[in-house]
Amino acid sequence: MLVVNIQQHFLGFDLDAGFSAPAGLTVLFGQSGSGKTTIINAIAGLSRPDSGQIEVDGVVFYDSAKRQYLPAHRRQVGYVFQDARLFPHLTVRQNLLYGGWFAKTRKASTDFGHIVDMMGIEHLLTRRPGALSGGEKQRVAIGRAILSRPRMLLMDEPLAALDDARKAEILPYLERLRDETHLPILYVTHSVSEVARLATTVVMLNAGRVVAAGPTSEIFSDPATASLLGMAEAGAIIRARVEAIEADGLARLQTSGGSLWLAQHRLQPGAELRLRIMAKDVLLALEPPTGISALNIIAAHIRDLSDTPEGVLVRLDMGTETILSHITRRSAATLNLRPGKSVHAVLKTVSVAPGSVSVSRSSATQTPEARE
Amino acid sequence: MTDWLTPQEWQAVALSLKVSIVAVLASLPLGVLVAYALARWRFWGHGVLNGLVHLPLVLPPVVTGYLLLLTFGRRGTVGQFLDQWFGIVFAFRWTGAALAAAVMSFPLLVRAIRLAVEAVDPRLEAAASTLGASRFWVFLTVTLPLILPGILAGMVLAFAKAMGEFGATITFVSNIPGQTQTLPSAIYSFLQVPGGESSAAKLVLIAIFIAIAALALSEWVAQAVAKRIRAN
Repeated sequence: MLVVNIQQHFLGFDLDAGFSAPAGLTVLFGQSGSGKTTIINAIAGLSRPDSGQIEVDGVVFYDSAKRQYLPAHRRQVGYVFQDARLFPHLTVRQNLLYGGWFAKTRKASTDFGHIVDMMGIEHLLTRRPGALSGGEKQRVAIGRAILSRPRMLLMDEPLAALDDARKAEILPYLERLRDETHLPILYVTHSVSEVARLATTVVMLNAGRVVAAGPTSEIFSDPATASLLGMAEAGAIIRARVEAIEADGLARLQTSGGSLWLAQHRLQPGAELRLRIMAKDVLLALEPPTGISALNIIAAHIRDLSDTPEGVLVRLDMGTETILSHITRRSAATLNLRPGKSVHAVLKTVSVAPGSVSVSRSSATQTPEARE
Repeated sequence: MTDWLTPQEWQAVALSLKVSIVAVLASLPLGVLVAYALARWRFWGHGVLNGLVHLPLVLPPVVTGYLLLLTFGRRGTVGQFLDQWFGIVFAFRWTGAALAAAVMSFPLLVRAIRLAVEAVDPRLEAAASTLGASRFWVFLTVTLPLILPGILAGMVLAFAKAMGEFGATITFVSNIPGQTQTLPSAIYSFLQVPGGESSAAKLVLIAIFIAIAALALSEWVAQAVAKRIRAN
């Protein structure tokens, strides 16, 4: 458990952020300049806040009131930088072993093969960083951070410098990292699709303040958060499980609100997915619609409605999950939508925005491309 | 070799090599420290230290030699102290020639290393510290290997400067054959006596050869290091 509460004054910008990050992958999410990197650097010990406390699993990293400050090299946090920062004079193997030279506990030998395997970097071990591609460098950097035997991992936009193909190459490794190791991970990004795919907990930052924090599905189905993201990006995240692949190639998914069908290759029965359902892609109907090409229609109850600059954001309970629908004010008035009313949600496309389907506990590494 | 050179000529060459090598090696640790401090640390007196290091580069060498004589001579405060407590004497000894060479070549050594330190990405050092390396280990395992080409370049420059040092040396420790007569002092002496031109010419050839050999060596080492870092 990471507990952070820090204040720092900059010219024209004040950071005052407090949050805690439980086990799993916590995303620090916000626009550039919202203070994400300042916070992560303060946790790593690379910069010193003006005041506050930072604590990881009961170990005090920083406490201005008690005048405690643990220097960076004694904090045991694995830091993955946006720009890999591999040591150019060392081979990949030496880079990976670097943290082990200084770690107090000696149990490395078994980890090494496992991590090298997990990151798929076996064939790079004898090379030097100068000869690696961006994606390879980043995988080595992740391996190097894990092999320093850290208390937790910090990742500062590890995918931001990579193109889409390289991102798709690394995302599955990050998911394996989240699911196979028990390291708490703090992950900084401003990409909604990375949050949707990776986060178990989200901490949203805006202008140096925490504006929302909690489990990913709750944060994403909160209308207040949706307005922060902007309506184009607003959407809920729900969990689904692949039940079967049907004869015509569609995958039948089980969600807590009912079955959904998805045209997605390489899904295997039993795979657990996260679906991101964009608010702008959800239509509402009072009666079960017939004669319509959309396959995915689910019964739901309206929990509440909130006004947005462009219309009305409707929060819907669908089994134990929550989804959002963004409609016009006129539609809301015509349908006489009120909290508690039963409606049918028509999911236009099982809203698979790029990168928003994720597979955990399955070996499938797939590129999301399905429509309807 | 000894047949081709007279004992006096050979002594001058051997003494110059000894003086230059000792001067460079002895001043290297301090050179790295000062270069690192000037490149990375912000402290009170930063400008003063920088000026002090560069002073021998801009002062007339004779002035530097005279100041050394005042400070490290038998009557000089530091000279007396070192003589009494450690038995180290600089005045009119080869050690004095080495001290003069070290002081005169120090700015070149520091400049080359400082440029190399400034070229090292501090973010790599930050990465090393998050991996558990203390400042000392960061320096030893990251900074030092990355500035090695700069250190070698600085050493070659300083060596060449030390080989050629004349004004400060002759002022500080005079020109005693077998004691303090370095290669440049010997060339000067031979040119002062009738019939000394052939001896001077031989020493000039040797000086040129040593300078070119040092340059070639440094170039070769620097390329080998750069190749190792770039890729394979």
